[in-house]
Amino acid sequence: MGYWIVQTMNGISFGMVLFVIAAGLSLIFGLMRIVNLAHGCFYALGAYLAIAILQWTGSYFLSMVAGPCGVAILGMIMQRFFLHRFPKKPLSQILLTLGFVFILEDLALLIWGGEHREIPKPPLFAGVLEIGDMSFPTYRLIIIATGILLAIGLWLFQEKTIMGATVRASVDDPEMAGGLGINVPALFTLIFCLGSLLSAFGGAMGGLLTGIYPGAEWEVLLLAMAVLILGGLGSLKGAFLASLFVGLVDNFGRVLIPNLALFTVFAPVALVLAFKQTGFFGK
Amino acid sequence: MRWWVGKLCVLLLFIILPHAVGTYYVSLAIKMLIFAIFAMSLNLLVGYMDLPSLGHAAFFGVAAYAVAILSKNGVESVWLNLMLGIGMAGVVAAIFGLLALRTRGSYFFMITLALAEVLWGVAYRWRYFTGGDDGIPGIARPDLGFIGWSLGDATIYFYFVFFFFTIAYILISTFMHSIFGHIVVGIRENELRMRSLGYNTWLYQYVLFIISGLFAGLAGSLSAYFNGFVSPADLSVRVSAEGFLMVLFGGAGSLLGPAIGAGSIVLLKNMISAFTARWLLILGMIYVFVVMFAPQGVLGIISKLRLRNGPKHQLALGRQHL
Repeated sequence: MGYWIVQTMNGISFGMVLFVIAAGLSLIFGLMRIVNLAHGCFYALGAYLAIAILQWTGSYFLSMVAGPCGVAILGMIMQRFFLHRFPKKPLSQILLTLGFVFILEDLALLIWGGEHREIPKPPLFAGVLEIGDMSFPTYRLIIIATGILLAIGLWLFQEKTIMGATVRASVDDPEMAGGLGINVPALFTLIFCLGSLLSAFGGAMGGLLTGIYPGAEWEVLLLAMAVLILGGLGSLKGAFLASLFVGLVDNFGRVLIPNLALFTVFAPVALVLAFKQTGFFGK
Repeated sequence: MRWWVGKLCVLLLFIILPHAVGTYYVSLAIKMLIFAIFAMSLNLLVGYMDLPSLGHAAFFGVAAYAVAILSKNGVESVWLNLMLGIGMAGVVAAIFGLLALRTRGSYFFMITLALAEVLWGVAYRWRYFTGGDDGIPGIARPDLGFIGWSLGDATIYFYFVFFFFTIAYILISTFMHSIFGHIVVGIRENELRMRSLGYNTWLYQYVLFIISGLFAGLAGSLSAYFNGFVSPADLSVRVSAEGFLMVLFGGAGSLLGPAIGAGSIVLLKNMISAFTARWLLILGMIYVFVVMFAPQGVLGIISKLRLRNGPKHQLALGRQHL
């Protein structure tokens, strides 16, 4: 019994990491309809930068903040100078971001090598929480709490702030929003930055949870896409629930039927894409 | 008439080639031809149907694995193995097509990517069947079964692959110039209109999807024999992505463009990896460069120049994709 509860907990904590990444992708792809295959690379870079900064400064806080910010700047460059020129051209966006994937993958391999790396657990959260005869590692609880807090924060941002309203207006009707004096191009760059920031922050969380290794960028990208498809593009609530679902299915898939690990996640995705493209909560 | 003379010259060139250059370049040429078939097959989707598939490695890899597993289990005949490899790719395409063709645009690329990744995952994890990430080594190229020709000889294998490349080219070209091809192009340009004209647009696209999978399977089978080795890398998104680049580099929607794109990319890869291990980095830069500066592909640029100072030729069938 305890084993299953621990596995469920692992699934949920991984689901929260997925949610943070998928929330970023939801801004970039769900909201702005930009195909960004480099989103997984943002995740990987977030993790690698967090490790590097941690080794450098020894500060967990800095590594969790400065790493994602660095990636956000990279995102800004990508959007401002490259993707910006190809609105509504998915073929160009696919090829362009694929190019960036290969460049970033190779640079990461050059700088950080091919081995599995992990962010050491922060000493403050290295302990375990004992409930009855079950023990939960504290850092997993922290990751779950962070995911939930971020979900609430993002929902408030999107639905309750002027900024969120501006974003929604600009996406729905860029020309009208521009006419009302909103600087739409700058806003789009900002959203793209925020999306890459979220993915990189997910990377810092994931680096703590599962570690980082070459190839993780594709795994994470595919899982985040699975989340978006299942939850429905542009629905934050859908993304949150789908993240939990994918996190759990992925985890139990790996444990129970390791031969078909990816199949367990993508079979439902293929079915949803084929029969209900809007996902479970999409509009 | 002049067009035929040109074709004949190219044919002669390919026949002489293996005798004129060293073994190393013969095997490079084999690789170029295999990927030319692959790119032409992907072009049926990307160029002629506007469907951005990012999972084409699925058909390539499945056929490669089928050939590997069959020949490891004592099936000697190269013809039988090729047929079964291509057949397997066709079966997978028939299943994937049912799901993927329900979607368009960005959804299409996501579903093809996801389906191919599932196969990659199976190849990677199902050790008993596929050897996991060690792959299946030691696939021997058998005798052809007549006049004692052995495919183990690089020159003979070159002719073998070239034979299939020619067949593939002739079949695809005949096909695309037939009524069927014109209907498919019509669907690409305006699906709604074709449907109101009474065409079952879905069926045409489905058939072309399977045909595309069959040719990708041909490339995969040939590649398994060529490398003597298959691994999950044959199913990976990197193969799909490279195919995608080859198609767009040469010019999507033209007949020979993707083949030329494939040849150029294989050649470039070979030259660059000779003096640096950072091939991927440079490949990435080529992607960015192509999108930014040559959105119609290299052939697109040439045909534009040609259109300016001469009569137009068959490339007019192609179109701007980026």
